[in-house]
Amino acid sequence: MTVVILGASKGIGRAVARQLAVRGDRLCLLGRDVAELERSARDLEIRAGQSSQPVAVAACDLADPGTFAPALDAAAAALGRVDTVIVTAADFATQAELEADRDHLQRLLIVNFSNTVLFCEDARTRLLPQGGTLCVVSSVAGDRGRKPVILYGAAKAGLSRYLEGLDHKFRGQGLKVVCVKPGFVKTGMTAGLKPPPFAGEPDGVARDIVRAIDRGTPVVYTPRIWALVMLVIRWLPRSVMRKIGF
Amino acid sequence: MSPAPQPIRDDERVTGWGGMAVAGREVRSENLECLTKDVVLTRGLARSYGDSSLPPPSRPVVASTVLADRLIAFDPATGRLRAEAGYSLHELYRTFLPRGWFTPVSPGTQFVTLGGMVAADVHGKNHHVEGSIGRHIRELKIRVGMGEIVTCSREVEPELFRATIGGMGLTGHILEVELTLANIPSPWIYGITHRIGDIDEFVVALKRAAAEWPFTMGWIDCLSRGRHMGRGVLFAGRWAMPDEAPRHPPRPRPRVTVPFVCPDWVMGHTVGRVVNAAIYRAHRTRPRPSVVHPEPFFYPLDTLRQWNRLYGRRGFTQHQCVLPESAGTGAVRSLVELLTRQGAASFLCVIKDCGDEGEGMLSFPRRGVSIALDMPIRENTQAIIDALNAFVIEAGGRVYLAKDTFTRAEDFHRMEPRLAAFDAVRRRWDPQRRIRSAQSVRLFGDQP
Repeated sequence: MTVVILGASKGIGRAVARQLAVRGDRLCLLGRDVAELERSARDLEIRAGQSSQPVAVAACDLADPGTFAPALDAAAAALGRVDTVIVTAADFATQAELEADRDHLQRLLIVNFSNTVLFCEDARTRLLPQGGTLCVVSSVAGDRGRKPVILYGAAKAGLSRYLEGLDHKFRGQGLKVVCVKPGFVKTGMTAGLKPPPFAGEPDGVARDIVRAIDRGTPVVYTPRIWALVMLVIRWLPRSVMRKIGF
Repeated sequence: MSPAPQPIRDDERVTGWGGMAVAGREVRSENLECLTKDVVLTRGLARSYGDSSLPPPSRPVVASTVLADRLIAFDPATGRLRAEAGYSLHELYRTFLPRGWFTPVSPGTQFVTLGGMVAADVHGKNHHVEGSIGRHIRELKIRVGMGEIVTCSREVEPELFRATIGGMGLTGHILEVELTLANIPSPWIYGITHRIGDIDEFVVALKRAAAEWPFTMGWIDCLSRGRHMGRGVLFAGRWAMPDEAPRHPPRPRPRVTVPFVCPDWVMGHTVGRVVNAAIYRAHRTRPRPSVVHPEPFFYPLDTLRQWNRLYGRRGFTQHQCVLPESAGTGAVRSLVELLTRQGAASFLCVIKDCGDEGEGMLSFPRRGVSIALDMPIRENTQAIIDALNAFVIEAGGRVYLAKDTFTRAEDFHRMEPRLAAFDAVRRRWDPQRRIRSAQSVRLFGDQP
């Protein structure tokens, strides 16, 4: 399999890239900092060992939609053909931080929703003619309007809906869309926060994601327990949601 | 895009493996160079038992290396491996063992980072042959106390290099580590295990085994009394040759997690005696060689994840000391007798003979016998450690800082004639002694 990953230098993306590299998939890493990407590429090549294929890199900034098409074209040139595009990159801040910082809020909404959708559109048009998989990390935060993640969750809710629509329209044409909804995962992104119960590790989450890509699962909650947690949350009446802090 | 720093909440704690906790916060990032700019201490997987990886009270934020775990270079011709400090032995085991490479020195758990291994200058079952990990380190990249990033080795800034090996992270934040891996004939272990009747026999048997085997270690039942005092099991082995080993690579072993912090009686006397006697009886009287899986051989305790929870809310400590050969053959027996006299119950006791002292300025091992005693923390723990330390000082030995929680500063100074040289290196690279830990406040006299 040939895979393009946006966000492979850190967190969940790094863990996914490692599992794919070790099993022999060919990778192209996209990200802002090419020097960082090169470093991650060397890491992946050493981990892959004998099955190692050179890992390609290309500059791509989720904050700058002008970089999307050139990055995807560079990846296609490096890999020959692209079977799978994975997006794990996103911005994050707590509800309190976003309420206090309007500029950051605007940035986050644009990066996590508008620009992610634009990137997916660019990826979709390239994947459609030959079929393939588009896997995007959304969040459980988008499943319900919840007090601690109103703003971050709103962008993720929009993203999840977009991915759902893609799946409905294009599955029949050979484009599989995988929407990943991680619960709390212990990565650099959440490092300042206190882990709630059922917090996941990047390696376990990456395993779930790789399985979902292989099977073409349209929506995957990870760690699995979050499917149950969110099932309950989605059915809670407003009167309860107003009272609880979750 | 990391969140802005927030004041430490009341419920935020940083904890050592033995359960000791201080108010503070652990921060993580893939970018270790950035992360270490404003902190006074870095930790890895926090497997040091006491307060080595806990921050000092006035600077309660400690950086964690665990997300900085990339491999930077590996040369299959020489075995030279360079990685970021958070790369763990667990990952190294998974990636390199099947390819015929392994760390030349392995501590008793695989859940340690390269940075942590260097800081504690860890030793393993093969200390009498390979020394501690410091001997196999080629180069280190460190952010020193004054802020700049320095690369050191035996050729460049050798004093800083030697001080950092076994320096408990006090010379600076370790960012990158380069070491030489050992080429192994197969990923399996060929070894023997058998019972040893008492403590004196043990010291002799360990010496004899060391002449024959690269890996040796003894487990002692410290709860048996009388003529069985110090009975136990001797483990010895070497890497199996290709014709002895199974064709397939060793499969990952299932692990069980201790789900919650247990009540105190779990590690009480009664349970301890029963379990220790069972372990003793489970082993053969006479040695018979066999090929065994490397994981239970090197890391028997890793089968039980979070085993520290067995010790209850108050946690546990380990007293690990090395008694030099000059202390005489009876010293080990005297130490175990002293422990028994103090009414201390050590659930787990490990004995190991050590080879020559390494280059690390504060490195723990030296020629002699090392004894590690795990004990639950009770009201009398401080008194027990004081008594054991008095004995260690008398014998000319020292304790292992990576395990220590209770040693007093004055006792530490008596054990460590090497401290002045170490302090001189710290003065050069960190005149204000910015880099410090809860342990260095307690033992090195750093400002809280």
